[in-house]
Amino acid sequence: MSTDKKVCPECGHEFLGNDLQGNTWGGIDAHWRAHHENIMPYEDAWPLIKSGKYVSNDTLTVAGHTFNSRLIIGTGKYKDYAENAAALEASGADMVTVAVRRVNISKPDEPMLMDFIDPKKFTYLPNTAGCFTGEDAVRTLRLAKEAGGWNLVKLEVLSDPKHLYPDMEETLRAAELLIKDGFDVMVYCSDDPVFARKLEDMGCAAIMPLGAPIGSGLGIQNPVNIRLIVEQTKVPVIVDAGVGTASDATVAMELGCDGVLMNTAIAEAKDPIRMARAMKHAVIAGREAYLAGRMPRKKYADPSSPLAGLI
Amino acid sequence: MNLVINGEDHYDLPEPLTVQGLIAHLGLPEKKIAIERNREIVSKSTFETTILAEGDILEIIHFIGGG
Repeated sequence: MSTDKKVCPECGHEFLGNDLQGNTWGGIDAHWRAHHENIMPYEDAWPLIKSGKYVSNDTLTVAGHTFNSRLIIGTGKYKDYAENAAALEASGADMVTVAVRRVNISKPDEPMLMDFIDPKKFTYLPNTAGCFTGEDAVRTLRLAKEAGGWNLVKLEVLSDPKHLYPDMEETLRAAELLIKDGFDVMVYCSDDPVFARKLEDMGCAAIMPLGAPIGSGLGIQNPVNIRLIVEQTKVPVIVDAGVGTASDATVAMELGCDGVLMNTAIAEAKDPIRMARAMKHAVIAGREAYLAGRMPRKKYADPSSPLAGLI
Repeated sequence: MNLVINGEDHYDLPEPLTVQGLIAHLGLPEKKIAIERNREIVSKSTFETTILAEGDILEIIHFIGGG
C-alpha cells in the first residue's frame, strides 16, 4: 500500500492512505462534492486530480465556503440596480455585500435588489452598516438570515461619520455576540495588528482591515500594517474599503491579502462597468504577482542583455 | 386593529389578521422580506398561523444596496 500523502489540489486538505483497497485518495469524492463541486463537477475533476494535471483555480475559502473570485463588491451608490448587476457580471465577483433596511410599505412595487441580483447565483453578504452596538448588529443579521441570507455575514460597527472608522471596542463585543449566535463573521476592522489578532482568536472567519477610510478612494495607506496582519493571520485577510483604482487593488493583493472588498471605486467611476472589469484583472494580477514572488529590489542597474560577446 | 409597522402607526386594519394576511394587504413580495414582531422574528413557515394583536410593533425588512 502506498503511504505517500495525497493533498487536495484545491485547498490542501490531506487524505491519509488508509482504506482497505489501498486507495490513498480515500474520501476525495465526498470532500470534493462538499467543498469544490461549484468549481468543477467531481466527475470532471477526478481524472485530472488522479493524473496530477489538475490546476488549482486558487479559490478563496471563507468558513468552508469556496469562491472563485477574490474580489467582493458592494451594491451601494450605483445609478440603479441594473447598472449594479452589469458591473457585478463584469467584475467576476461571486459575493456581494448588501444592507438590511425597512421595506417602503407605501411603495410595495419599488424595484428590489433581489430582482436584479439573483441570490441563488451570487452570495449575499449582509452587512451591519448603521449599527452602533452589538445588540443592533445581532438583531439586524438575524433578520437578514430570515430574509434569505445565511450564516456568513459582514460585521461593521462604525463610529464618527466623518471618518467612518470602526469602533473597535464595540466591534469586538459585537463579534463575540454574533459568533455565540452561530454566525460566521467577516469583520471590518482597523489596520491594527493587535485588534486583528484579538478578532481572529475570538473566531472571526475573515479579518477585513481598511486600506483607507470608506469611500475615500485613497488606496492602501498603511501597507506595513496590512502586511503585518497578513503574516500573523491564519483566516483570510481581505482589504475592505479605501481602494480607489485598479492599482490599489493590485497593491493589496501583492501584499498577500486573500481578497479585496470594494464599492465606491466601481460605483463612482465614470464607467462603473469598465472599472469593474479593471478590478477583476487588478485582483488577479496582484494575486499572481504575489504567488510568483517579486524580484529583489536593488540599488543599481543590472543589464538584461548580456555584456559578453559584444561586437 | 392598529399596528405599528416600520415605525409608523397604521389604523383600521382588518381583523382577524395573520402575518400572511398583512403581507397580502400591503402587497409585499413574501419571499424577499423578513418580519420581526415585537422584537421576535416571525419565521416564514409561521406567516399563515401567526395572528397579529392590537398594538403589535412590526419591522418588515429587505435587502438593499450597501457596501
